[in-house]
Amino acid sequence: MSEITPPITPSVVAEHGLSTEEYAKILEILGRAPNRTELGVFSVMWSEHCSYKSSKKWLKTLPTSAPWVICGPGENAGVIDIGEGLACIFKMESHNHPSFIEPYQGAATGVGGILRDVFTMGARPIANMNALRFGSPDNAKTKHLVAGVVAGIGGYGNCVGVPTVGGECNFHASYDGNILVNAMTVGIAATDKIFYSAAAGIGNPVVYVGSKTGRDGIHGATMASAEFNADSEEKRPTVQVGDPFTEKLLIEACLELMATDCIVAIQDMGAAGLTSSSFEMASKGGMGVELDLDQVPARESGMTAYEFLLSESQERMLMVLKPGSEDVARAIFDKWELDFAVIGHLTDSGRMVIKMKGAVEADLPIDPLALASPEYDRPWEKTPTQGTIDPASVPHSGGILATLQTLLATPDLASKRWIWEQYDHLVMGDTVIRPGGDAALVRVRDTKRALAMTTDCTPRYCLADPVMGGRQAVAETWRNICAVGARPLAITDNMNFGNPTNPRIMGQFVGAIEGIREACLALDYPVVSGNVSLYNETAGSAILPTPAIGGVGLMDDYTKAVGVAWRDGDSLVLLGATKGHLGQSIYLREIAGREDGAPPPVDLALERITGELVRELVAGGHVSACHDISDGGLLVALAEMALAANIGADIMNKAGDVPLHAWAFGEDQGRYIVAASRANTVLELAAKRGIPANLIGRTGGILLTLKGERVLLDDLRESHEGWLPDYMAVA
Amino acid sequence: MTAAIVTFPGSNRERDMVMALTRAFGKAPALVWHRDTELPKVDLIVIPGGFAYGDYLRAGAMAAQSPIMRAVADRAQQGVLVLGVCNGFQVLTEARLLPGALMRNAGLKFVCREVHLRVERADTPFTQGYRKGEIFKCPVAHHDGNYFADSETLARIEGEGQVAFRYCSPQGDLGAAFTPNGSINDIAGVYNDKGNVLGLMPHPEDATEKLLGGLGGAPLFAGLAEALAGAPA
Repeated sequence: MSEITPPITPSVVAEHGLSTEEYAKILEILGRAPNRTELGVFSVMWSEHCSYKSSKKWLKTLPTSAPWVICGPGENAGVIDIGEGLACIFKMESHNHPSFIEPYQGAATGVGGILRDVFTMGARPIANMNALRFGSPDNAKTKHLVAGVVAGIGGYGNCVGVPTVGGECNFHASYDGNILVNAMTVGIAATDKIFYSAAAGIGNPVVYVGSKTGRDGIHGATMASAEFNADSEEKRPTVQVGDPFTEKLLIEACLELMATDCIVAIQDMGAAGLTSSSFEMASKGGMGVELDLDQVPARESGMTAYEFLLSESQERMLMVLKPGSEDVARAIFDKWELDFAVIGHLTDSGRMVIKMKGAVEADLPIDPLALASPEYDRPWEKTPTQGTIDPASVPHSGGILATLQTLLATPDLASKRWIWEQYDHLVMGDTVIRPGGDAALVRVRDTKRALAMTTDCTPRYCLADPVMGGRQAVAETWRNICAVGARPLAITDNMNFGNPTNPRIMGQFVGAIEGIREACLALDYPVVSGNVSLYNETAGSAILPTPAIGGVGLMDDYTKAVGVAWRDGDSLVLLGATKGHLGQSIYLREIAGREDGAPPPVDLALERITGELVRELVAGGHVSACHDISDGGLLVALAEMALAANIGADIMNKAGDVPLHAWAFGEDQGRYIVAASRANTVLELAAKRGIPANLIGRTGGILLTLKGERVLLDDLRESHEGWLPDYMAVA
Repeated sequence: MTAAIVTFPGSNRERDMVMALTRAFGKAPALVWHRDTELPKVDLIVIPGGFAYGDYLRAGAMAAQSPIMRAVADRAQQGVLVLGVCNGFQVLTEARLLPGALMRNAGLKFVCREVHLRVERADTPFTQGYRKGEIFKCPVAHHDGNYFADSETLARIEGEGQVAFRYCSPQGDLGAAFTPNGSINDIAGVYNDKGNVLGLMPHPEDATEKLLGGLGGAPLFAGLAEALAGAPA
């Protein structure tokens, strides 16, 4: 070895996040003690972030196939067939830990990483989304984190020229010490031009392209696999620094190279950088690999093998090329002024051999390391169920519309315009439905087709009942996609939880997976990609369980899509049953000051037929607008539609036996509001499918009115639009 | 009539511009790479939006020094029409083909939203598709769109009719509330002294389809097509 390294003591092992048992396994695999470089490789490859060691057992239970699925989980991203020879490639991924430590760069590099996962497979990214969770607005750090994360997402996405078309943002004190930044990218590729990561061809050159390697982000994956403590600020150097300009060049250069016939396999260098990418490629292809670190483009001098292998410098890719195609490839990367270096070749040894300055720095067997990584069946406890709250037991005082105005200015329901106006949501010229509605809709260039996309999760439901919460998260994406008129096709899941060694937390994870599984099966809506982020805890206090779901659907003809803005003189029909479920509702939390009760049940069979009805209504041109009913209930959804249209409505009280406030603000699932010039058609088609449908109002004017109460749209708008800018403006 | 779009590393709205020009001109524009030193013979040169060279140093500063910009300056001198949108506007001011400068938005944040623009004159090839005083809707998407010119320059461009568009209310009223970036005199776009070079921050190319943000920008391209209709193909 080229350097004298200190001996591997138990404390060195612990610093690398490896348990005593895991270290014993390393000794067994190698038949000797690892050197420090090798230990570093094991530590990142076996980190929770890279190995999914706590979650694997449960992720395997998720449905991942359907006739339209081209590639499910296991590759860089999921791939589905969208017709006309095209595929949609998408995935959502977390960048939680880095974003808390350094919000701008943490969020920016989260966007960069997920973009690479998608264009690695041959897709041009056409849209970004994000799901954000911040701590209580009263927490001193929250404002700084919101400002930094939003600027970071915008700074990266705007520069690479991919529109950021939607997302979600919640606030809750449980995220005070661990914010969540989940970024999703959707791309389009030709079905016969999809690129995978399995290396093949003994002797084929292994090529490094993109940015140079520096010392940033070393042990990022290990950091993302541990709880925070008081010293977490010191982990700032583990956060990577992004360069969206280089990413833009890398996208163009890779897509240009992919149009040729040079690439055997390609993989982005994400978490655990060169180590992870070369291991995964070799392992998937059953190959060995030999790398010469002297050939790796370096940003700084004097870097050690350990640093080269564990750096998480951004905007880098690893490829295996066909022999003799190096010159063609090099010319393309020269044109885009990016580094291009042959750094090694494939072998038949089944080992990864790392050389530097002529010496062997690491020599590891690939299969045992990559495939025999730990898998735990962690003990878990079922989350105790909570009783259903009788709506009549929740008192209400004051006017319903005054309460509506109050609710519209609460952090979770307030307009997020302040956020999405910092994102270029129009670049590329294909954004049909912009942020602020249900699903975003992005046209597939040169076709009539469009992709609907959304991210959803209601963490307070998941805390109260993880199974129901998991179901609801999937169902809500389904609903949002149906609401614009598109057919939901598949999801990506981003599982954000606390410390899995705590059986209570592990029980939340297991429950959420069960709920997601049930919903995917019932809705024919498989999981094609995903990401797990555990250890979102600080000083023993965990986040709300947050299985964020990104859904994608297909619209055959984008000209038929509808948004949430209704027209003047429309009739309003409420689809689905309203029982006034107040447990875990925003109303209960914000107005009654309680966070308890069972969350609203999700009836998946009813969900499915209601979604099908909505799609039939949109496709038939029977409705001018549609909105699903979610957080805040019926009146919040109506207000959002009225504000989008700038047209009021006269709402009829159809509460029946349900207390009026529970009818207005209950969060019963599986419901939509549609606006139609001919309500009878809607009512008839709903009756045919046995779906409850009620005429609940008529649009027009500048007021919302209900049972003699009235409120000006302008006043509602001021409340709804005012909260976030006002909050961010105060120094 | 023919058009060319000049692209730099980091340009990212050239696709939008290709669609808008193709729709109006009936054929696709040529794409010219920044390292080229010669431009094809065309009637219209467009510098699109994006982040040329990452906008490092200063938005548009490095692109203004690239080889192709000398060729663009020569053509502009000869009277060929040049249109710079967003980053293209920044490049043209940095290249001194247009007066003034674009500073960081007054709100210090990137802003992507729909704005209303007032057409200040309708007698140029760029605006002959509009009426003078017409108001149209079109998006902005930028971080550095705060137009500034010193008082002497400002007096000159105002006096010589070099202001192309101003931000305004839907009714055409001017005021800080309607200007997304703090631009002086609500200026959204300016001409050079000969009127053959136009730069503007908003994106008319992203407002040329009824179902995707409306048709507010379409008359700009239709007007150009009409103005250049007599030009040899």
